[in-house]
Amino acid sequence: MFGYNGKILRVDLTKRTVKVEALDEAKAKKYIGGRGFGTKMMMDEVDPGVDALSPANKLMIVTGPLTGTATPTGGRYMAVTKSPLTGTIASSNSGGYFGAELKFAGWDAVIFEGKASGPVYINIIDDKVEILDAGKLWGKVLSETTDALEAVHGDKARILAIGPAGERLSLLAAIMNDRWRAAGRSGVGAVMGSKNLKAVVVKGSGKVAVADEAALKEAFALCMKKIKENGVTGTGLPTYGTAVLVNIINENGVFPTNNFQEAVFAKAEDISGETLAEKYLKKKDPCFRCPIACGRYCEVDDIKGGGPEYETIWAFGADCGVSSLKDIIKANHWCNEYGIDTISAGATLAAAMELYQKGLVKKEEFGDGPELKFGNAASIVEWTKRMGMGTGFGAKLAKGSYRLCDSYGVPELSMTVKKQELPAYDPRGIMGHGVQYATSNRGGCHVRGYMISPEILGLPEKLDRLELAGKPQWAKIFQDFTAAIDSVGLCLFTSFAMGADDYAALYNAVCGTKITGAEFITSGERIWNLEKQYNLAAGIGPDQDTLPPRLLKEPVPAGPSKGHVHPLDKLLPEYYSLRGWDAKGVPTKAKLAELGVD
Amino acid sequence: MRIEARLFATLRTGRGKVVEAELAEGATVQDLADALAIPPAEIAILLVGGRDARLDRPLSDGDVVSIFPPVGGG
Ligand code: SF4
Repeated sequence: MFGYNGKILRVDLTKRTVKVEALDEAKAKKYIGGRGFGTKMMMDEVDPGVDALSPANKLMIVTGPLTGTATPTGGRYMAVTKSPLTGTIASSNSGGYFGAELKFAGWDAVIFEGKASGPVYINIIDDKVEILDAGKLWGKVLSETTDALEAVHGDKARILAIGPAGERLSLLAAIMNDRWRAAGRSGVGAVMGSKNLKAVVVKGSGKVAVADEAALKEAFALCMKKIKENGVTGTGLPTYGTAVLVNIINENGVFPTNNFQEAVFAKAEDISGETLAEKYLKKKDPCFRCPIACGRYCEVDDIKGGGPEYETIWAFGADCGVSSLKDIIKANHWCNEYGIDTISAGATLAAAMELYQKGLVKKEEFGDGPELKFGNAASIVEWTKRMGMGTGFGAKLAKGSYRLCDSYGVPELSMTVKKQELPAYDPRGIMGHGVQYATSNRGGCHVRGYMISPEILGLPEKLDRLELAGKPQWAKIFQDFTAAIDSVGLCLFTSFAMGADDYAALYNAVCGTKITGAEFITSGERIWNLEKQYNLAAGIGPDQDTLPPRLLKEPVPAGPSKGHVHPLDKLLPEYYSLRGWDAKGVPTKAKLAELGVD
Repeated sequence: MRIEARLFATLRTGRGKVVEAELAEGATVQDLADALAIPPAEIAILLVGGRDARLDRPLSDGDVVSIFPPVGGG
């Protein structure tokens, strides 16, 4: 087998047994790998109605056929499971080095099922697999956990772990790897915690078999050329990382501020990528075989580590009205240490600040903690820690913005879709992005179809962000294309420079297949429809394809997007029809048959 | 007329963050770029008052022009 290793590791944590299974090659290829193949396995093995934090849910760590190969950014894996935050299918992508190492050890995926009777971790050295006691690691933050495991298994080992947030089943918990890379969203870390699984250590000595080395070399050279020549992947991301977006998004008047009450942040410059580069950036921190190297490594006071990313800066910064980059870096650090998704964490603090602003949360609830008030920089650091530990009001925060606001009787103040916190772009001024937020299969998310690319950055071509015409079609194509990229094992950022034919060429060279770029996108559409089927079976219907009422009804108060709301009802019917779904937003039998979704 | 040019990322080198420019009536964004010695190839995103604009766009007194070189995504 080429690209795929042909082997899946199944770990039953209840019985403490491990099993080697042969990969169903036809099934894997039909859904590519990663996100697609993981969702297919979930569909086949886990009742969508399952309680996400019960032993009956499964956690799948799934690589793609290009993970671990000599392709640009070929190091990604996906954590696929049912989300405890949204109730939908969850697939959270991460880079770093863990995914590639898992391939080198000979595996395509690891499936965790059941629940261990006490804390355990898994040690994988090629085909040798052990389930070991993690009692001493439980309660430790990421750096301590990683240090302790490296002391035992050597610093060549690649380590994936949860922090205290995942152990305590915070719905915002991430799965971390390589210290500060995160499969961040949808509470996948809580699923891992619910299984009493603290960490996975892997060392591999093998190589991924490639069907046509010469063709791979050629496709690789072409992709590298495109990445280097593209302004975003060749210059922008390497120089400034993702944080350079702060000023771009703010200048467009779509930078959500104070829990989306405003869309321009007066102090954006203080938290911008330019300021980050000038004051705190120490070096770049790229993932496996990545020529783009968007990753940052920063130092402030006694804190050092990866990040912060644009989304993180926004969530703890503008969304909380905070202009202290120093404190944002600290909050980011504690998210990495406790294993919390930075977008959801910052956005949940912002929601708490609005509840306090409106008098719904009383000062007493903060106990001896700082007031969660818009602009209070000290509060984002302290409450991130308490969220991670689940102490006091932090226990409420650990459930996310929707459940927090709902507990005060005002779910409408939660800026979430399908209970997952929206990221750093106000859709009231970016019409296509709003469609993609509302229809995302894992709830509020920007990387299910990054419409910012055409609507703000002008890639592959510039669209007027306020125009409605054509946007549903763009959103659909971006969603399908992204689903395929997420499944093949490459970083989505390559798509600023690479087109469908480029991915198909890499895939064909590695796997010995002959798919076209169009077929690559169709595979993505198949995956999208499969995810939708999973969600429908889980009871997450099209009524949840919507945006928070604020974004549909309250016009942006000031700035370049002043006066706009998101006219979702004008765009959704066209989107459903382009998808070949019925008017209610449910895939038709004919569409599913055409795509071969089974 | 007075125009406020906001420059970002690498365009700041040697030019500063915010530049107040005095241009003749009828000047376009191109004239502003020329005055700031920014070659068109270095302009990836161009906004006037927060809305997309092109180089031939005529400017009015008090306009705010934001200019970005090719930059990142997130
Ligand atoms: S572009 Fe950034 S996130 Fe993607 S693989 Fe490279 S360093 Fe990692």
